[in-house]
Amino acid sequence: MATNPKQVVTLTVNGEAHEVLIEGRRTLADVLRENVGLTGTKLGCEHGVCGACTVLLDGSAVRSCLIFAVQAEGAEIATVEGLAEDGKLDHVQQAFTDNHGLQCGFCTAGMLMSVHALLAENPDPTEDEIRVGLNGNLCRCTGYQNIVKSTAAAAAAGKAARSSAQAS
Amino acid sequence: MKPPPFTHHACRSVEEALGLLDADPDGSKVISGGQSLVPMMNLRLASPAHLVDLNPIPGLNGIDVGRGTLTLGATARQHAVERSADVTAAAPLLTAALAHVGHPQIRNRGTVVGSICHADPAAEMPAVFLTLGGEVTAQSAAGTRSIAAEDFFDSYLTTALEPNEIATAVTFNTPNGSSGWHFEEVTRRHGDFAIIGVVALLTLADGRISDARLTIFGGAATPVRLPAVEQLLVGVAAGDVDADLLAQAAREASAALRPGDDIHASGDYRRHVAGVLTARGIRTSLERASARA
Repeated sequence: MATNPKQVVTLTVNGEAHEVLIEGRRTLADVLRENVGLTGTKLGCEHGVCGACTVLLDGSAVRSCLIFAVQAEGAEIATVEGLAEDGKLDHVQQAFTDNHGLQCGFCTAGMLMSVHALLAENPDPTEDEIRVGLNGNLCRCTGYQNIVKSTAAAAAAGKAARSSAQAS
Repeated sequence: MKPPPFTHHACRSVEEALGLLDADPDGSKVISGGQSLVPMMNLRLASPAHLVDLNPIPGLNGIDVGRGTLTLGATARQHAVERSADVTAAAPLLTAALAHVGHPQIRNRGTVVGSICHADPAAEMPAVFLTLGGEVTAQSAAGTRSIAAEDFFDSYLTTALEPNEIATAVTFNTPNGSSGWHFEEVTRRHGDFAIIGVVALLTLADGRISDARLTIFGGAATPVRLPAVEQLLVGVAAGDVDADLLAQAAREASAALRPGDDIHASGDYRRHVAGVLTARGIRTSLERASARA
């Protein structure tokens, strides 16, 4: 029987370093929720299908249920808790609020992180590109129309913010 | 579910990984992207005592285009390969197929070499590798050997790799300028494994088909080439590929397969669609080859 040693791992989550004592088998998702205390990241299927656990690892959207926390040491991890600043929703969260982009909300944290990754790579996506970009995130409420609409609105808000930043 | 206990080894060199693997070949698994292995561990279909992690090894994520070859290191992410302009120029077929591998979140982490070694018969990368041809570089504590694409896939999730070997790279043969390709799969949803799919690569010389390579995936225990269809095409003038020949190719493709029934589709449906996709693969590949010639 394999012994089950724990090791100290330092995770950088939303810019803040967290030292955790964990077994190698703990997934990043579980460690974020149970050790770091950030329960915004949700776990649905735990085998990479549903996308609820999507976080950003060095800016790339990944499944936190398919990465062990020990593998994430040294990387910049971004979760849904890092989006709002001083209680003010960021432009993607605001777009989801304005366009009824969530119903039960279970998939929302993963959706928001996937949208951030999508818009970082493609700031002005077509509807088709939005659908392809989000096809790894399932919504059991099937609110996809409004999720696509919210994402388009977030892209437009990002574009407006960029052009006003340029103008000023 | 959660994976059973294991010891994680963050390797700093290939030699370190090979030494660990050699100490307990049957109790160890090599992890790169982990997008197939970790689901299997979470579902407790795999329970290695040791996880030999290649990710920290410097220099193993290479994407190298050579003369007539493309070599990908064991930790080259699918997303990095998909976005490489050099890869698209050398092997547009690979770029096109990558868009169908899982979802963006999977490709950000998953690797091309890992997908080939996982050897899911309905997956895209093994079929592309078999069609383009090339070799797997297999390293063990005893030395290094090359395994040709046609000798690599043994059965469902089973390859010619020994338990103490690591596929440190895969080299694809890249087609020359007078070839055309087609990739198509039938799935329930974008990003799913294929119910059935085709990869085709035709090369023209002096207006005739000089080389034909067609692979069906999702129709057997491994991706399979279609020698009967390939023989039908080699030597034929591009202008002579007509509806009759395409129909014959479709019949030969269907006849070469004995896929089973499952929850996604019946064997008969898979056999029929394999024929349709084969004909389409030939037609589109020829159009692409003719446009370039």
